[in-house]
Amino acid sequence: MAGVGSACLVIGLLTALYAAGASLYGVRSGRREWVTSGRRAIYCLAALMVAAFAILEAAFLRSDFSYALVAEGSSTDTPGFYKVTAVWATQDGSLLLWSTLLALFSSAVLFLTRRSLREIAPYATAVLAAVAGFFLLLMVAWENPFDTLAVPPAEGAGLNPLLRHPAMMIHPPMLYTGYVGFSIPFAFAIGALITRRTGADWIRATRRFALVAWTFLGTGIMLGALWSYTELGWGGYWGWDPVENASLMPWLVGTAFLHSIMVQEKRGMLKVWNVSLICGTFALALLGTFLVRSGILESIHAFGASTIGVQFLVFICLVVALSAGLILWRLPDLRSRARLDSLLSREAFFLLNNLVLVALALVILWGTFFPLISEALTGREASVGPPWFNRLTTPLALVLVLLAGIGPVLTWRRVTARFLVQILRVPLLATAVALVALLAFTEAGESVPSLVMFCFVAFVLSVVVQEFWRGASARRVMTGESLPRALARLTGRNRRRYGGYLVHAGIAVLFLGVAGSSAFLDQRDVRLSPGDTIEVGDYRVTYREPTAKLGGDSAGTGAPISLGAVLDVRKGDETFTLRPTRNYYSSNDPSLGAISRFFEGEATSEVDVRWGLRRDLWLAVRPDLASLEGPLREADRRFSDSPGDVQALVIAALAERYRNRPPPAAFRAIVSPLVAWIWIGGAIAVLGALVAAWPSPEARLRRVRSLYAARLGRELSRA
Amino acid sequence: MDPARKRKVRLVVALGAAVFLAAALIYTSFSASTEASKPSQIEPGRSYELTGKVVKGSISRDGDDLRFRIRDRDGTASVPVSYAGVVPDPFREGREVIVSGELEQGTFVAERDSLVTKCPSKFTKDEQSS
Repeated sequence: MAGVGSACLVIGLLTALYAAGASLYGVRSGRREWVTSGRRAIYCLAALMVAAFAILEAAFLRSDFSYALVAEGSSTDTPGFYKVTAVWATQDGSLLLWSTLLALFSSAVLFLTRRSLREIAPYATAVLAAVAGFFLLLMVAWENPFDTLAVPPAEGAGLNPLLRHPAMMIHPPMLYTGYVGFSIPFAFAIGALITRRTGADWIRATRRFALVAWTFLGTGIMLGALWSYTELGWGGYWGWDPVENASLMPWLVGTAFLHSIMVQEKRGMLKVWNVSLICGTFALALLGTFLVRSGILESIHAFGASTIGVQFLVFICLVVALSAGLILWRLPDLRSRARLDSLLSREAFFLLNNLVLVALALVILWGTFFPLISEALTGREASVGPPWFNRLTTPLALVLVLLAGIGPVLTWRRVTARFLVQILRVPLLATAVALVALLAFTEAGESVPSLVMFCFVAFVLSVVVQEFWRGASARRVMTGESLPRALARLTGRNRRRYGGYLVHAGIAVLFLGVAGSSAFLDQRDVRLSPGDTIEVGDYRVTYREPTAKLGGDSAGTGAPISLGAVLDVRKGDETFTLRPTRNYYSSNDPSLGAISRFFEGEATSEVDVRWGLRRDLWLAVRPDLASLEGPLREADRRFSDSPGDVQALVIAALAERYRNRPPPAAFRAIVSPLVAWIWIGGAIAVLGALVAAWPSPEARLRRVRSLYAARLGRELSRA
Repeated sequence: MDPARKRKVRLVVALGAAVFLAAALIYTSFSASTEASKPSQIEPGRSYELTGKVVKGSISRDGDDLRFRIRDRDGTASVPVSYAGVVPDPFREGREVIVSGELEQGTFVAERDSLVTKCPSKFTKDEQSS
């Protein structure tokens, strides 16, 4: 079957080349049948990619170690769910996922626009086919996921234990769907530039794709943060790691794009800005895919670690140079007649929000690439850490949240001072009340940035509530509906607007969690023996007893050994128990002893969290294996040639020994206030984005009616 | 003020703000950055961000302190490290790490909780080769 998979890729590459060639020839020569053929070639490409992906997925499921990729990234004892998802934990597999998603998205958009955008769509087809062709070329020439091994090993290396977490396995496809989704508006923007049809048609056709891409990318980032919080054992959710930054940058620029296209749709302005933003988003999405895999930022000397780094870099440079050249060339066609009437208008605030978002992305880009910049300018490789990122992004984030409250209530063109006072009176009052309450009843005043953020969050939320209230009240006066019904219909009839409000509310709630957990975190690192007690925050944490379990760890990751602890927690009258553990995976290193290799492989923290709306109590344990070192060496010597079941008994005895004579274990305890609101806010934002992206039945009805009217018109004119 | 003049003023203000922010970005990043150095490059008396690989067989515990050696990524020069604080999960022999601190009497004394190991998604490839 590996041969069939490889063939799918080669035929896919040829199909992509044909699709690009046919649609370009068709539109240049005016022979529409070639355009149609090019479009259908993309459907074929999607079928081929799905077939290739299914073949690889099947190989993973049946643990066919004749595939090099399966032997590297999976094993028979990897749990079923992780076998399915191990495909995209490898570089080659993730390239295949990227191109499969791209082919599917391209087919969807080309199918939807098959009767419209006759000028732009063929060029967009060519761009999408070229991007797909690049990824297929990478796989065919350098990183074939269907490479086979002449001598298949009896057992695979297994999936990296750190990746055995549900969030981590859904996270890559989410990110990729986001990255790939942004290639759709990018392709149509390029088509619009080439054909000089720079109106809002290409935006209307691809707006929903951009919104869906944005939603997926945001969800992916959130899941990555959740994984970091619960799996990495350090207790944070964001560390300004290059890999995290790589996914955040396209999301920020994509957010700017989603806002500024509204200005073009309504007022015909900001055309240059919009095409620049979408080209930037796409280039950053490619950069994100590239950064994660290449390892370029640890050191430029480690460039050889990836076989496809250079190719990626060349492709990104090509995309940036070609789009910049095209935009400059078409500059005369991108002039808009409309001008900014007033700085106090919705379009001016959208522009301001755009500038802040792009500034944020630039700051992150600069900081992420600072090691390379520094090496190029001074010859020394220096880097900037999280404090630098926090200092520069905090003020920008504050302005952003404030704008999220003001922007939506302003009117287009011009706002009068009287209107502004009238509309912001209640939210400002609510913010003042929140400020007083915060200062009077909480310790929020200890951190000024957090206090400001809390107030801005209160402002945004009150604006959103007021907007929903005003809309629903107006409906009730007109129709006499009940309040919930009025709210539901209001949202259903104006999905973009009220979905957008929900997104703003979600982002504000998310920042509530960020501000609370970053400024008021209480963290303790201690070594405890059974019976010891520490205090963290208002909690009294007592280490009751150690645990040792062989096979079947509670998180279902397939770890052979898990050592842990049972802790009794007391806060006032409330008592509960937390059971953090640490999973040990065996190592395949032959230089290690037969028994000690079971303890010397990867180890991962399975933290235990007491989730709460006010605060989380987060606990991780790191058992000290020093006391087992002597017995382990002894066991290595005596049982190295024993059969597997005897070795299993020895390991069970060692675990028993750890349980009965526990050495002190290291613990990290964190009380993180309001951190749950990050996940809740993220969920609200995703919900809002789905509301905004969902096609409304009325719009469909309008489209059908207009088609019907057009047909009637044609018939009448013929008669 | 006539509209053309008004637009010019706005443009100047916007450009001025952009230049100011860019300057702030460059200044703060260079002043806040820490230099990454290899074990063969460090000298006593200043703080470094030490990068390199953990030497095989060098990890031991001394009370609360973790002791190990870091060597150049592509060489043999190495330095002993004394570290206290949280050890990240992916920390292993042969892995690439970053740790901040200062050289004192031949030992690199690391700041608490400054140990960083490479993000796991990136070393899936080199794990099989080792």
